[in-house]
Amino acid sequence: MSTDAVRMSQWPSEQPYVIPVAPGPDVATVTIDGKEVQVPRGELLIKVAQDHGTYIPRFCWHERMKPVGMCRMCLVEVEGMRGLQISCATPVTDGMVVHTQSPGVKAAQDGVLEFLLVNHPLDCPVCDRGGECPLQDQTLAFGPGESRFVEEKRHFEKPIPISETVLLDRERCIQCGRCTRFASEIAGDALIHFGGRGSGTEVMTYPDEPFSSYFAGNTVQICPVGALTASPYRFRARPWDLDSVETSCQQCAVGCRGALESTSNRLVRLLGVDLDPVNQGWLCDRGRYAYEWVHSDARVVTPRLAREGGLAEATWPQALDAAAEALRRARDEHGPDAIGVLGGARGTNEDAYAWARLAKGVLRTDNVDAQLDDGLPAEVVLGLPRASIDDLDRAAAIVIVGSDPKETLPVLYLRIRAAAEAGVPVVDVSTHDNGCTPFAACSLRHRPGEVATPVAALAEVLGGRTTGSDADRLAALVADRDGPVVVVLGRPSLAEPATAAVHAAALLAAVPAVRFLPALHRGNVHGALDLGLAPGLLPGRVTLDAGRAHVGAVWGGVPAARGLDARGILAAAADGRIRTLVLLGCDPLTDFPDRPLVERALAAVGTVVVVGAFADAAGGHADVVLPTTVWGEQDGSGTNLEGRVQRLARKVTPGGAAMEAWRIAGELAARLGVDFDLELTAEVQDEIARVAPAFAGVDAAVLRRARDGVVLPLVDHADEIAWGPAPLGAGVSWEPIPAGADAEPVPADAEAAATPTGPPAPPVALWEWRGPAEPAPTVPVDAYALRVVAARTLYGADRAVLESPSLAAFAPRDAVLLVSRTDRDRIGVADGDRVRVTSARATVELPVVADARIPQGVAFLPANRAGAGIGDLVDPDAAVTDLRVETLR
Amino acid sequence: MAFSGTERRRAEEIVARYPQSRSATLPLLFLVQDRDGWVTPQGIEDVADFLGLTPAVVLGTCSFYTMFKLSPVGKLVVSVCTNVSCLVNGGPQLHEHLRREYARSDDVFIEEVECLAACDRAPALQINYDFHGPLTGEQAVDLIERHRSGELTARTISGTATGGEV
Ligand code: SF4
Ligand code: SF4
Ligand code: FES
Ligand code: FES
Repeated sequence: MSTDAVRMSQWPSEQPYVIPVAPGPDVATVTIDGKEVQVPRGELLIKVAQDHGTYIPRFCWHERMKPVGMCRMCLVEVEGMRGLQISCATPVTDGMVVHTQSPGVKAAQDGVLEFLLVNHPLDCPVCDRGGECPLQDQTLAFGPGESRFVEEKRHFEKPIPISETVLLDRERCIQCGRCTRFASEIAGDALIHFGGRGSGTEVMTYPDEPFSSYFAGNTVQICPVGALTASPYRFRARPWDLDSVETSCQQCAVGCRGALESTSNRLVRLLGVDLDPVNQGWLCDRGRYAYEWVHSDARVVTPRLAREGGLAEATWPQALDAAAEALRRARDEHGPDAIGVLGGARGTNEDAYAWARLAKGVLRTDNVDAQLDDGLPAEVVLGLPRASIDDLDRAAAIVIVGSDPKETLPVLYLRIRAAAEAGVPVVDVSTHDNGCTPFAACSLRHRPGEVATPVAALAEVLGGRTTGSDADRLAALVADRDGPVVVVLGRPSLAEPATAAVHAAALLAAVPAVRFLPALHRGNVHGALDLGLAPGLLPGRVTLDAGRAHVGAVWGGVPAARGLDARGILAAAADGRIRTLVLLGCDPLTDFPDRPLVERALAAVGTVVVVGAFADAAGGHADVVLPTTVWGEQDGSGTNLEGRVQRLARKVTPGGAAMEAWRIAGELAARLGVDFDLELTAEVQDEIARVAPAFAGVDAAVLRRARDGVVLPLVDHADEIAWGPAPLGAGVSWEPIPAGADAEPVPADAEAAATPTGPPAPPVALWEWRGPAEPAPTVPVDAYALRVVAARTLYGADRAVLESPSLAAFAPRDAVLLVSRTDRDRIGVADGDRVRVTSARATVELPVVADARIPQGVAFLPANRAGAGIGDLVDPDAAVTDLRVETLR
Repeated sequence: MAFSGTERRRAEEIVARYPQSRSATLPLLFLVQDRDGWVTPQGIEDVADFLGLTPAVVLGTCSFYTMFKLSPVGKLVVSVCTNVSCLVNGGPQLHEHLRREYARSDDVFIEEVECLAACDRAPALQINYDFHGPLTGEQAVDLIERHRSGELTARTISGTATGGEV
């Protein structure tokens, strides 16, 4: 095989990705293999060559990490410099003349590869990497044809697990240091390191301290050989049997771009795609492996109807008729307010829109909520000035309020960490030490329920009204820094109402430079809220009143008045005021903090319609089950936490008779006398662009062609859009895979086709919120009690985790109470001992464990756990929850 | 356990010498090696703790250097050269002789090393990093025994001077 053939497959040189650079003092003119190019001065030679269509082979260099020059594969000849230079660590200078294929370079490449192969086993046939292996490919393209090595190669026990999901074959390792650098440089979990020296060098962990990083899977993706393999994928497929589409992860609201791959109609892998403004190639392990749940045996794929003795299979017409009838009866006999719709944050934008239209436009109920009392009020989320993820890098400061991004938005955490490493000061406002504390320039601690207290002081500083020494220290951090202040705003605890967080938001929103990234975690929660699945709102970030005329014109009307939120709906249901309740892809029994209320509500409601993938979402109370397709089985779009709308792609054919949720909404509407006239996903997208003001201009054609998606509202972000597919060939898993493989080329009359008259402005002014907000009451501290903080951790008893065997195997399931060592000793127990825990609401038994991150007087309760926990202990009406803890003796 | 008392003060002094605290990894490893007689897991964890590194990083760094012993070696480390000059002057035989002699000894550790840069004294060896040579097997045993009995004072196994004659 010729060198060029391999180069072609990796780097189509007919269509190089040329970044136009205008001549100037920062520009260097470089000649690469006889071709003169203008490039940014100081950029690495390997990178500028690549950007201009010349692929220099490499193993250790990775675009998203600092160069180390460990493998010597990237040697080139630079005229006037002695010897060969490693292009991954050579910055370009003006007038440089570079040869990447001279005889000297070729001889060096030959030599480097021969040395690498000395110790590398020839077990490609049983190696996961075989077929997509950089070592294989580059040996073929640049290496010697034959080996002169006849001695015995080194042998190691193979493979050894270095974490729950990563296996290491030390024989195959070429010591490029990509994995170890990723761990320390990018993830901040330096749990793997090189040990030994010379030919005995190996990647190792500390004994009994595995590489338990939330980001470990990235090392498998970037390892240039098969030394690191992932147990969920190992031996499941060969690369040439894989078929791949580009989509976005929907396990949390970051929306990381990925290449979703399947073989024989089974999903087998998700690889990170390098979407520059979002995930920059990385994924977290939850996102990487949660595709497994799509194939869960527990899924329901045929419609069901309650019959005597439980749910029985039914045909679609029977099930749809029954659901439509239940909705009609509730509306006609008890009014639209007797209907409630919960959920929608796990579907696509199209699903959310169609269900908003069915609920609000057809049934005229405003009792709709995509959040399950575990986020922030929708008016606040949609009404605050929004930051983009990229703003983190150019921020004057990053303020983390009421969330632990490492646990709920892992790749956002990587971006925050990278910004902090680059010098952006991070202020972490929390009840306890969390993922961002190690790199925070300043940590502000508060008692549970009182987040507004430190935030008020912070807002004073940011607003330039400083007093006192702490304030001066804070002020010094942001002094002389331009740019926005990015506030990552979440719900500090599920053991308290959102009041304090909303108050904090109002205080910060009064500061002009502040922009928000709402830290709601559920996959498409932003799409759902943006499209009206929240009380008081209509699609496109407008209120009922503001959008009444515009949206009503298409829908034929909208609800008369604001309805109930999730808690209101469940409380009304428990009181018998909700007759038909729709559960739209949600699991209230695990997602809603107040589980006893959910149980009462489900028992009291006349008809429960489950629209989702799991029939048991309503416990035993489902009357009609309408099975939906899920992520990976359906096309559409999703919106991430910065408001970026991205394409979601179908990779596998759904089993059974599952149907898209938006189509189900259309079928139900038709049975209620309204024809949505929507047959294709693109038609739903076009209707959204027409009806939802924030989506003005974001129609199907724009979504298909915008490589990195579109940030809402389009008018403010039109100039950031990159049109057309990624110019580079995708599919080389170990290199950053460029985003946009799936984007449609823009036709010749591109300008006209994409934006006929420039981006359209929203036809209705979008909702804005800056407060005012009620302060939360301060509850005196009880010296004998512990005040609860309840929040999610990345792994827990969540559906997607429990139904993904690789994650379920190590996810913690049961609740534990984390306390400070002092408090544990005061209670007088050892770690893991069960204690009796009493709140104003209930008494339960829980194991207690000391944790250095928790301050005295505080008890941390992971929220996503099965069994006794916050559902029992927390009274959602109380400002805070105090616990008395006693030994069982 | 972590560092305490004089040990802690010593560690702080060492760290203060460097602009970046992690540069103190090696000197601190010598400190714990002298404290514990070898680089124990506890020693690794103490250094990691003190410098804010993970134990994996400290162990990885430590394992690169042969002067750090990751298992017990006793009180005397005898490094016998078998590289070219010593090879032709009986280094391998010297090594073999000492290896047999001290096979069952808990406090003398015999190791084979590359050129000690003492080729003029081939076959050469080091006892706790002090040079000796040329030596026959018997002379070497005699020398080791004089160290063992306390008649001669050696450095520590980290090569730190103990204050007595060198
Ligand atoms: S395991 Fe892979 S990524 Fe890590 S050093 Fe070895 S070859 Fe490189
Ligand atoms: S950070 Fe969120 S979106 Fe990204 S891979 Fe992880 S779960 Fe998926
Ligand atoms: S890529 Fe340049 S030395 Fe490895
Ligand atoms: S060869 Fe033994 S000291 Fe040089």
